[in-house]
Amino acid sequence: MNIIVCIKQVPNTTDVRIDPVTNTLIRDGVESVINPFDAYAIEEAVRLKERCGGKVTALTMGPPQAENALKEAIGLGCDEGVLVSDRKFAGSDTWATSYTLACAIEKLEAYDVILCGKQASDGDTAQVGPGISTHLDIPQVTYVKKIAEINDKTAKVERMTEEGYDVVEIPLPCLFTVVKEINTPRMPSLKGMMRAKSAKIAKWTAADLDADPAALGLDGSPTRVVKIFTPEARKGGEMISGTCDEVAKELVELLKGEVV
Amino acid sequence: MDYLLTEQQAMIRDLARKIAQEKIKPVAAQYDESEEFAWPIMKILGESDLFGIYLPEAYGGLGGGIFDMCLVTEELSRACGGIALGFAGSALGALPIALHGSDEQKKKYLPDIAAGRRLAAFCLTEAEAGSDAASIKTTARKEGDKYILNGVKQWITNAGEAEIYTVIALTDKTKGIRGASAFIVEKGTKGMEFGKKEKKMGIRASATREVIFTDCEVPAANLISREGMGFIVALKTLDTSRPGVAAQAVGIAQGALDCALDYSRTRVQFGQPISSFQAVQHMLADMGTQIEAARALTYSVAKLVDSGAKSVSKESAMAKLFASDVAMKVAVDAVQIMGGYGYMRDYPVEKYMRDAKITQIYEGTNQIQRNVIAANMIKETLKK
Repeated sequence: MNIIVCIKQVPNTTDVRIDPVTNTLIRDGVESVINPFDAYAIEEAVRLKERCGGKVTALTMGPPQAENALKEAIGLGCDEGVLVSDRKFAGSDTWATSYTLACAIEKLEAYDVILCGKQASDGDTAQVGPGISTHLDIPQVTYVKKIAEINDKTAKVERMTEEGYDVVEIPLPCLFTVVKEINTPRMPSLKGMMRAKSAKIAKWTAADLDADPAALGLDGSPTRVVKIFTPEARKGGEMISGTCDEVAKELVELLKGEVV
Repeated sequence: MDYLLTEQQAMIRDLARKIAQEKIKPVAAQYDESEEFAWPIMKILGESDLFGIYLPEAYGGLGGGIFDMCLVTEELSRACGGIALGFAGSALGALPIALHGSDEQKKKYLPDIAAGRRLAAFCLTEAEAGSDAASIKTTARKEGDKYILNGVKQWITNAGEAEIYTVIALTDKTKGIRGASAFIVEKGTKGMEFGKKEKKMGIRASATREVIFTDCEVPAANLISREGMGFIVALKTLDTSRPGVAAQAVGIAQGALDCALDYSRTRVQFGQPISSFQAVQHMLADMGTQIEAARALTYSVAKLVDSGAKSVSKESAMAKLFASDVAMKVAVDAVQIMGGYGYMRDYPVEKYMRDAKITQIYEGTNQIQRNVIAANMIKETLKK
């Protein structure tokens, strides 16, 4: 089984600060880590390999230092890493990013399953996984919490919902985005880390992909960020006290006056 | 302090630290309370290849040395000295095989130990043979191609949980310590049983039990080295492993200091954090300095052991003595800085204090270490 896991290198959210003037992330001196949700995708990919045999390729789009995230993924059990990196990709929104990743995936050998974390901890969009499946025109299941059954033709998975879960049967090849309930990621192994240290990461630029140049980077991104701001902190509410009847009466009056 | 670790050593330390902080620290209090053996953690350590760091690559290890073993022991102990002992105790049980075993014995046992699939344990101490290890009474009588073991080993770390035991027993009672031999005994061998689990002051996540041999038949192929070499195997093992106890002590001390330092910065009295008071600052400064000195000595001795130095008895005794005394003092001071909170079992420092105490006692009491150090010093003057 050929498994592809798409990951993103993000700033470690435990020590992120926001510039009060520009309202953007202060990235200087902030450690980069694998997006926490992607760690579950990596673990599930490695477990699928252990379950069905095959190979796991970790794929990321990002600046050159994102190579470290791929090496970390190899330390966790992935077999190969591919870094898609080019200044031409700068400014990509989720649409252009998922297009670029889909082009990279088409360049890889035939795949059975693509795994992504449900969302990245920096952008929180949860759009890139579904975007990839759309560009590739393959079926997808988001928020997967369990891959109950899988063979080389179909899979039966549990998709988390707010109240429970759906059981979804899906033909392969397909894409899953996973939630943290799916597994407990393992610790890296020393042998894996040593393998990672010497691992060769394939590096692809825009020229290596069979991609429409106009669909890449800022030009290929329909999203426009108009304004970034920190929402005002919510003010404290008003407590009404008294007996049930009194409270109800007063509340009704207040609602009548201000809201309704 | 930066000890200029190699890239690989830094990797080992960082991985051990990650496991210790993310996986061990959150459960340390729970295992201390329940006194259960932390198998889930042993599994993680095994899958991360940490059990094999000090074993040769040819036998499934990573080819590192005692220094690497110390780095791991220190980091694990910083989170929990008891859980760390599951790791360090296995190393103690494996060392007789790694140091003196035959190629066949190494091939048969070390890969499983390196992978963490099976734990090891070292059996020397008996009820009447503690500091006076030469007084052991367990016997091994040769019968054909077997040895028949009889006797009771006491306070054996990892007993019951481990599957590979290295046991020191007398093959010739008339020769005293020169009549001792070392054997590998596998769990499940007929005639081998485990006594009750000891209830301890500290390191409660570590399993400590008797190992009882009653006409226990061990294949002659399981004799390590040759008859009469048992004490040399044991002493060499302990000289090699002793920096590991020192590393455990350094880790416990560091863990206690971490708690005290954090607490001192957040605990407000008289309108300011107690870390702003010189009385507390001087305690913290002494604790930090003592730990760094203990760490520096431990690392130096571990490197000396790895260099293949012929005799390391004095130096490894010094590291164990100094680091364990530091651990006890630092842990007591950490409790003192935290005052009433330090004394409460809801907070982790009292556990560090209980855990620290054993490092002054086991693998040779600190009084015995001083005997060893002085004896070696005097011997050295005679050579001049």
